[in-house]
Amino acid sequence: MLKDQDRIFTNLYGMHDRSLAGAKQRGHWDGTAKIIQNGRDWIIDQMKASGLRGRGGAGFPTGLKWSFMPKESDGRPAYLVVNADESEPGTCKDREIMRHDPHTLIEGCLIASFAMNANTCYIYIRGEYIREREALQAAIDEAYEAGLLGRNAAGSGWDFDLFLHHGAGAYICGEETALLESLEGKKGMPRMKPPFPAGAGLYGCPTTVNNVESIAVVPTILRRGPEWFAGFGRANNAGTKLFAVSGHVNNPCVVEEAMSISFEELIEKHCGGIRGGWDNLLAVIPGGSSVPCVRGENMRDAVMDFDYLRGELGSGLGTAAVIVMDKSTDIIKAIWRLSKFYKHESCGQCTPCREGTGWMMRVMDRLVKGEADIEEIDMLWDVTKQVEGHTICALGDAAAWPIQGLIRNFREEIEDRIKANKTGRMGAMAAE
Amino acid sequence: MLRRLHSEQPESFAFTPANQAWAEAQITKYPEGRQASAVIPLLWRAQEQEGWVTKPAIESIAEMLDMAYIRVLEVASFYFMFQLQPVGSVAHIQICGTLSCMICGAEDLMEVCKEKIAPTPHTLSADGKFSWEEVECLGACANAPMAQIGKDYYEDMTAEGFAQLLDDLAAGKVPAPGPMNGRFASEPLSGLTSLKEYDSGHTKYNASAQLATDIGDTVKRIDGTEVPLTTPWVGADGTVAGRSPGKAQPPKAPETPKPAAKQAEEAKKASKAPAKKAAKPAAKPAAAVAEVEEKAPETLGAARDGGADDLKKIKGVGPKLEETLNALGFYHYDQIAKWTEAEIAWVDNRLKFKGRIERDGWIDQARTLAEGGETAFSKKVDKGNVY
Repeated sequence: MLKDQDRIFTNLYGMHDRSLAGAKQRGHWDGTAKIIQNGRDWIIDQMKASGLRGRGGAGFPTGLKWSFMPKESDGRPAYLVVNADESEPGTCKDREIMRHDPHTLIEGCLIASFAMNANTCYIYIRGEYIREREALQAAIDEAYEAGLLGRNAAGSGWDFDLFLHHGAGAYICGEETALLESLEGKKGMPRMKPPFPAGAGLYGCPTTVNNVESIAVVPTILRRGPEWFAGFGRANNAGTKLFAVSGHVNNPCVVEEAMSISFEELIEKHCGGIRGGWDNLLAVIPGGSSVPCVRGENMRDAVMDFDYLRGELGSGLGTAAVIVMDKSTDIIKAIWRLSKFYKHESCGQCTPCREGTGWMMRVMDRLVKGEADIEEIDMLWDVTKQVEGHTICALGDAAAWPIQGLIRNFREEIEDRIKANKTGRMGAMAAE
Repeated sequence: MLRRLHSEQPESFAFTPANQAWAEAQITKYPEGRQASAVIPLLWRAQEQEGWVTKPAIESIAEMLDMAYIRVLEVASFYFMFQLQPVGSVAHIQICGTLSCMICGAEDLMEVCKEKIAPTPHTLSADGKFSWEEVECLGACANAPMAQIGKDYYEDMTAEGFAQLLDDLAAGKVPAPGPMNGRFASEPLSGLTSLKEYDSGHTKYNASAQLATDIGDTVKRIDGTEVPLTTPWVGADGTVAGRSPGKAQPPKAPETPKPAAKQAEEAKKASKAPAKKAAKPAAKPAAAVAEVEEKAPETLGAARDGGADDLKKIKGVGPKLEETLNALGFYHYDQIAKWTEAEIAWVDNRLKFKGRIERDGWIDQARTLAEGGETAFSKKVDKGNVY
C-alpha cells in the first residue's frame, strides 16, 4: 500500500488546514520560482521522464502533449485550459482536489503554463460544483494576495493570470474542443480535428487542455523527481492515482493509491470489501461510465492500470472511477441508465450519435423489460458498431462501449429475460 | 430534449446593482472583444437572482455582451442547468439519477419527490414552494445517493432523511449540507485508511459545507451582496498582467451579425447625438491614447435634390452599410471624399467595422466617383454583377 509520505494530495479529505498557509506547511509552493528557472525544456523533459499519463480518461502522455505547443509565439498568445468539467458518471476525484487541496492545482497551473509559454490559464469547472468553485476561487484570491499569481508570479519573473470559468451542466463540455467552444461563449459542440488545440484552440490560439489531476501532480513530481513518480506502478503506467470507488462496496470513498494496485487490495484496504462478500460481486465498471463493464469474477485479480484493463479485460482505466455492482443489481437496467445518460448528453451535432443514442436507449429499454426478440441483441450490437467511430468526438464511442460490454459479458442474462417474458415463466437465471 | 422559453414571461429584467458590478467584473477575465465568453456566468447569475432564466434576462445579457439574441438563447437552451420555467419559491430539488446514485437508492429519493412535491418533474408543488427534476451525474459518486438543493450537495442520503430535509426546508430551516450519514467528506465511512495524520478536529465541516454554513445562501436568491466582490487579477494599475501591453494578444473575434432592425436603430441613435459623442473622445480610456481624435463631419438631413448617389459603387459598401451611412446623414460621393482623418475616425467608430474606410480606400473611390469617373468596382456594379 502507498505510504502517506508518498501521497501527493495530503489534504484530500479537507481535514487539515485548507488555506495557503496550510498548503505551504504540507510542502506546496516550495521553491516554485527555482523550478521555473530551470526552463521550459527541463520541465517538459522531467514530465516526460516521469511517465505521467493524462488523468482525464484517455491516458495520453502529459509531457508529450506539452511538447506539441509552439516553442516561439507567432504573435498569438498561448493558453493552458484546465478541464475541471468532471462529469463522467462515477468520477468525483477532481472535486476533492479543488475544494480541499486547491493549491496543488494552482501551483501546477503556473508551472505548466510557463512550460507552454502561456501567460494565461483558464480553469473550466462544471457548473454544478458551486461550492467547489467558491473554494477554488478563494484559494486563487489568496495566491494573488501572496504574489504567487499575477505579475512576476511567485518571484519567477513570469507574468501569469489564472481565471476560473464555469459551465452550466453539459457533459459534452468535458470533451476538449467542446470545452473551448463553451469557454468562448457558445454551445458546447466539439470541433473537427485537425486543427488540434495546440495549433488553434481557445480564441484561435495555441492551447493545451489538461485534466485537473494531471496538472495538480506536476509540482510534486518536479520537486521529488521523475524517478520517484515513475517508481510507482508498472512500466508505462507510472505514478500515483486518485481512485473514486462508488456503488456496492461497504465504504465508498476517494483515495490516492499507487497505479497497478490490484482491485482486491484497493477494495479490501480502503472500501471495507464488497457488500455481501466477494461471491456477491456481479460486475465492475473500472473507469467511469464510458468503459465496458467487466464480470466480477474477472475483476478480483485485476491490476488497476491503463494497459492491464484495456489489454486483458477489454475495458479501460479511464478516470479510475470504479463503479461496483453486486448481485442485487439489474445489470441490464444499469447499462440502460448509462444509455439514457448518453442520449441526454449527446450534443446533437453528428447524426449517428444524435439518433443512435436514442435508438440504443429505446432498444435497451425493451431489453430491460424483456420485450424484445433474441435477434435484436445482434441488431443492437450492430448499431453500436455503426455509431462507434463515426462521430466528431468520442461521445458516440462512449455511448456504444457500455452496451458492447453488456452484450459481451451478460448476453445470457439478456436472452434469459426475453425468454422469460415470452413464456411467462421465470427465467433460469432469475430463479437462482 | 426540447427546451423552449416559458409561455409566460415577466416584463423586464435588470441585475441588482451588486450583481451588475459582479457581472462587469467577470467580463474582465476575458481578452478585449471576447466578452461573449462571460455569457454562461452571467446567465447563471441571472438565474441565481430570479430563480430561472427569463426572456428579458436573455435579451439584456445579449445587449451587455454585444451578442446577437439568438446566440444567447441557444446557450440558454443548450445547457441543462438553465431553468427555462419558474421553479419552486423555496427550492428546486435536483436528484442525481445516474448509475452510482441509481444503484444506491436514487429512485427512492425520486419517489419522495413525487409524493411530496409533484408527480412529474419541472412542476411546481401545490404550495408553490418546491419543484424537482432528475439530473445526470453530479460528480459526487462516492457519496451516493445525493441531491443538489440550491447551491449545495446533500450526500449519503436515505429516503427518510430526505423527506425530513424537505419538511425542514418547507418550515424555513436550512440543514447543513454535506454527507448526511456522519462522514466528513469522501473518506471511508468506517474511518480513515490513509492520511491518518490529518485527522478531523480542525474544522467542523468539509470545504463545501463550511462555505454553505458561513455564507448561508444555500437556497437564497442571490443579489450579489452575500460575499464581497474580488478581482485580484486586475493589478493596481488597472491592467491584467497576462495581457499587459507588449504581450501577444489573441486575434479579434469575428463581428457578431445583428438583426437589421437593431442596426438601423443604432445608426439612428448615432446620428442623433453625433456632437455629444464626439465631444467625449476619452470614453474608452486605455484605447483612446493611440486613436485619432474624432471630429463630426458635416451631415445632411436628406439627399440633395438630384437624389442620393449609389454609395454601393464604393467597394466595401454593401446595401446594409449604405443604409447605415444614409441614416448617419451621408448620401453623396463628395461628402465622403471630403472626410478628414478625424472625421474618418468619427464614422469608423459608428460603423463597427474598424479600419474599413481606409482599408478599402473609400475616400479615393468617392473622389473618383464624385468627379464622374469610374472605378473597376463601380463598373462591375453598373453591369449588375455585384448586387
